[in-house]
Amino acid sequence: MEVTMIINGSSVTRDVEPRTLLVHFIRDQVGLTGTNVGCDTSSCGACTVHVNGESVKSCTMLAVQADGAEIKTIEGMASPSGELHPLQRAFQENHGLQCGYCTPGMVMAASSFLAENPHPTEQEVRHGLEGNLCRCTGYHNIVKSVLAAANETAEV
Amino acid sequence: MFPSSFDYVRASSVAEAISILANEEDAKLLAGGHSLLPLMKLRLASPSKLVDIGRISELSYIEDRGEYVAVGALTRHRDLEVSAVLGSSVPMLSHVASLVGDPSVRHRGTIGGSVAHGDGASDLPAAVLALDATMVAQGPNGTREIPASEFFLGFLETALEEGEILTEIKVPKIHGGWSYQKFNRRAQDWAIVGVAAVRNGSTKVSLVNMGSMPLRALATEAAMNSGASISDAAALAAEGIDPPADLNASADYRRHLASVLVKRALEEASSS
Repeated sequence: MEVTMIINGSSVTRDVEPRTLLVHFIRDQVGLTGTNVGCDTSSCGACTVHVNGESVKSCTMLAVQADGAEIKTIEGMASPSGELHPLQRAFQENHGLQCGYCTPGMVMAASSFLAENPHPTEQEVRHGLEGNLCRCTGYHNIVKSVLAAANETAEV
Repeated sequence: MFPSSFDYVRASSVAEAISILANEEDAKLLAGGHSLLPLMKLRLASPSKLVDIGRISELSYIEDRGEYVAVGALTRHRDLEVSAVLGSSVPMLSHVASLVGDPSVRHRGTIGGSVAHGDGASDLPAAVLALDATMVAQGPNGTREIPASEFFLGFLETALEEGEILTEIKVPKIHGGWSYQKFNRRAQDWAIVGVAAVRNGSTKVSLVNMGSMPLRALATEAAMNSGASISDAAALAAEGIDPPADLNASADYRRHLASVLVKRALEEASSS
């Protein structure tokens, strides 16, 4: 079945088997490998992308369900000139990543969360990232990074 | 992991979905996919055809209808969470929705999908049971209403007939107190045991993960409705119930949790 979606601003059309998961479509057919597969059971959040502006676990969505949707992956966060998104910069500055495997999902989940709650408390950030696991257990600095990004955006 | 092969078809209306289901032996409805796709990835379900109803936007609504709130089956957990109508009339449903999975799951999962899946370990089926909601189903023979007390029949089994679609859930407004107690050890986990209590005239109490389907704590309800104390009623929480044992909890521990959580729930529901 032919599907078309806007991924990071560009229209992409491919022929897919209906059982193709969105994450495999993004990684294997479109070649954007920034989105990781972690647990593959919608628990860990490594595969988090935005579908029409909201965080979604792309291992638990079919590519055909996303037909016509606007998708944003970690590759779409920095500006075309390479300037990091405020969240990416905050992760870098606050040591919000260790091995980095969970980071693309963390950044996408955090950016969706901040869109819904631009001025969160620390507790709200922790709840907002409940669906994203960091096996390095670097949560403290991840939360710090999200709060830093929220503050920076608030100041602008 | 990916599912076994299937045919995929998108329905643009309830009528179209019903007619597709009528002509297919082994078709399943796909809404948000957050109950069905995990099962298909584990190959615990292998339908030959998926009928995607996820785009039927007329089934996504939350409407105040006087005595009750009508919730369209395709309303997502996130929409339940932030609904002003539910916030003022059925706050328990918003609260329970906010405890399902995690934010990304709540962006996709739908109340109809969760209730029609009927998992005894999930939050929303137990909530609609304690809220005494009514399920509206459409099928080839028209529309019928099924009370929550007759909806859940067994392990992932509901009163929905083959070819029927759950289209709406009618939730009575709460005029008294309520409480939802979800006991788990880690964020985003399923409840090891959960309890929903609603005092709307009479008292209704339902249990999460105490059996193969969402259950009412009937002995507790009978005691409460005949004037017993909360402590005495809560002690009966697991009466006649045979809870499962798994790596999180033995059956005895679940029985113990049920009475502790029912007590907390009744106390909270009585104080609000």
